[in-house]
Amino acid sequence: MIEEIGTTELGELVVNLGPQHPSTHGVLHLVITLSGETIKKVEPHLGYIHRSIEKMCESLSYRQFIYVTSRMDYLSSHINNHGCALCVEKGLQIEVPARAGVIRVLMDELTRLASHQLWWGAMAMDVGALTPFFHAFREREAINDIMEETCGARLTMNYMAPGGVAFDLHPDFQRKVKEFLAFFRTKIDEYDELLTGNVIFRGRMEGVGYLSREDAISYGCTGPTARASGVSCDIRKIAPYEVYDQLAFDEVRESGGDCFARYIVRMKEMRQSLSIIDQLIDNIPEGEFLAKTKAVLKLPKGEFYSKVETARGEFGVFIISEGGTTPYRIKFRSPGFSNLSALDRMARGHKLGDLVAIMGTLDLVIPDIDR
Amino acid sequence: MNKEVLKARLEELLPIPSFEEGGEWLAVIVDPAAWDAVARQLRSTGGLDFDFLFCVTAVDWKTHLTMIYHLTSTIHRHTLVVKIKLEPVNPEVPTVSGIWRTAEFHEREAYDLMGVVFTGHPDLRRLFMTDDWKGWPLRKDYEDPVNMIKL
Repeated sequence: MIEEIGTTELGELVVNLGPQHPSTHGVLHLVITLSGETIKKVEPHLGYIHRSIEKMCESLSYRQFIYVTSRMDYLSSHINNHGCALCVEKGLQIEVPARAGVIRVLMDELTRLASHQLWWGAMAMDVGALTPFFHAFREREAINDIMEETCGARLTMNYMAPGGVAFDLHPDFQRKVKEFLAFFRTKIDEYDELLTGNVIFRGRMEGVGYLSREDAISYGCTGPTARASGVSCDIRKIAPYEVYDQLAFDEVRESGGDCFARYIVRMKEMRQSLSIIDQLIDNIPEGEFLAKTKAVLKLPKGEFYSKVETARGEFGVFIISEGGTTPYRIKFRSPGFSNLSALDRMARGHKLGDLVAIMGTLDLVIPDIDR
Repeated sequence: MNKEVLKARLEELLPIPSFEEGGEWLAVIVDPAAWDAVARQLRSTGGLDFDFLFCVTAVDWKTHLTMIYHLTSTIHRHTLVVKIKLEPVNPEVPTVSGIWRTAEFHEREAYDLMGVVFTGHPDLRRLFMTDDWKGWPLRKDYEDPVNMIKL
């Protein structure tokens, strides 16, 4: 790609951002055409962390392939695992025990909180505010500790299994989560005081990276990115799974469509997640945590699609089975991939510094895009 | 719109539609040559309004390839699966990136990994693989003794 650097006939400058740049959070490579400091075009070059997970899954069993998906969107590993488990359960028509269903939702929402916390810190750092990063990581640490006790892992959890969850909750789980809820309720107000009302921060965010409702739909955006443009797309609401249809929570939507709207959606979503955890933590049913399944899982011939709402948007798992012990073809519809395709649309006409703010509010996780 | 109503609606709209039964959603089989016109109709016909293309999958069946498009409507919340059967050698299908912008990336992915050529695509290049990569990695007959680990 090096030969692409230079100037075009119109005197525009072509520069590379990444794959090794702190603001791209991973190995995203953007080739940017600039006129002065104004962006004319942004072209993502992908594949620096492409592992062909879809091909790998074709030789893994229906129990094994779930664990590979933790390595895609590593900040939403529980939710990725959840989507895969749901798809296998759909194929085998396994009924998940009530206890497992609630545990799954609790874990999903804790994951969403942890992911949004990291996004909050990293995004603020991108636009020049360093302090939030340390605050966010302090709170995220508490969630990681809770996860570690129950799942034995802090990042790639591998906790969901076809039929329920791999093992029961740690005896301290409820106490620790309640402590965390009380602790984080005060901290999220601090988040708002620290950043949301800050004049410099709002100057960097408001009116930057506008995405219209029509474009958000056409580019296939989902999650907070689309909801900030007014699209109703929360899978937890429009196609509820597990116990989401019995819970009281709101689908957060904004109409601004700019970076600040995307910021506000995620901030409000954190409060919604807190409320969901609050509703469930004292109501975990007793009983089995894993349904009895056959030792070797064989999905019947056919096509199975399931979708879940990760911290970044709609994650889809599409399994085509020929009746064997491994999938014939598997496709992961990752939210970041579609969200990234709208980056060029959002960034055109803005200054180079704004591109970093736009990428920050898109909340990109590169392994999720490259797969 | 439920499955039956959607099916009846498509029967009046498309010349000779053939459906595939048994799936969670209604699946319609479309001829590659007709795909561009059908896609435009699905997108703009009132009552259908398939405005959201959420998944594009290419499948290698060894004897042929299939493109699978998952469409949904953000207005009516109904879902349709479109399947297009393609030749294994030089598979070609018209692009829909002008109708659903998200297809631009998804089609590049299908080209990169499965070798499906999308005619009329504005920027059909390798997406994940390097530009000089040989072969289509997700095809069933693909062999790469260096990078592939057989389990």
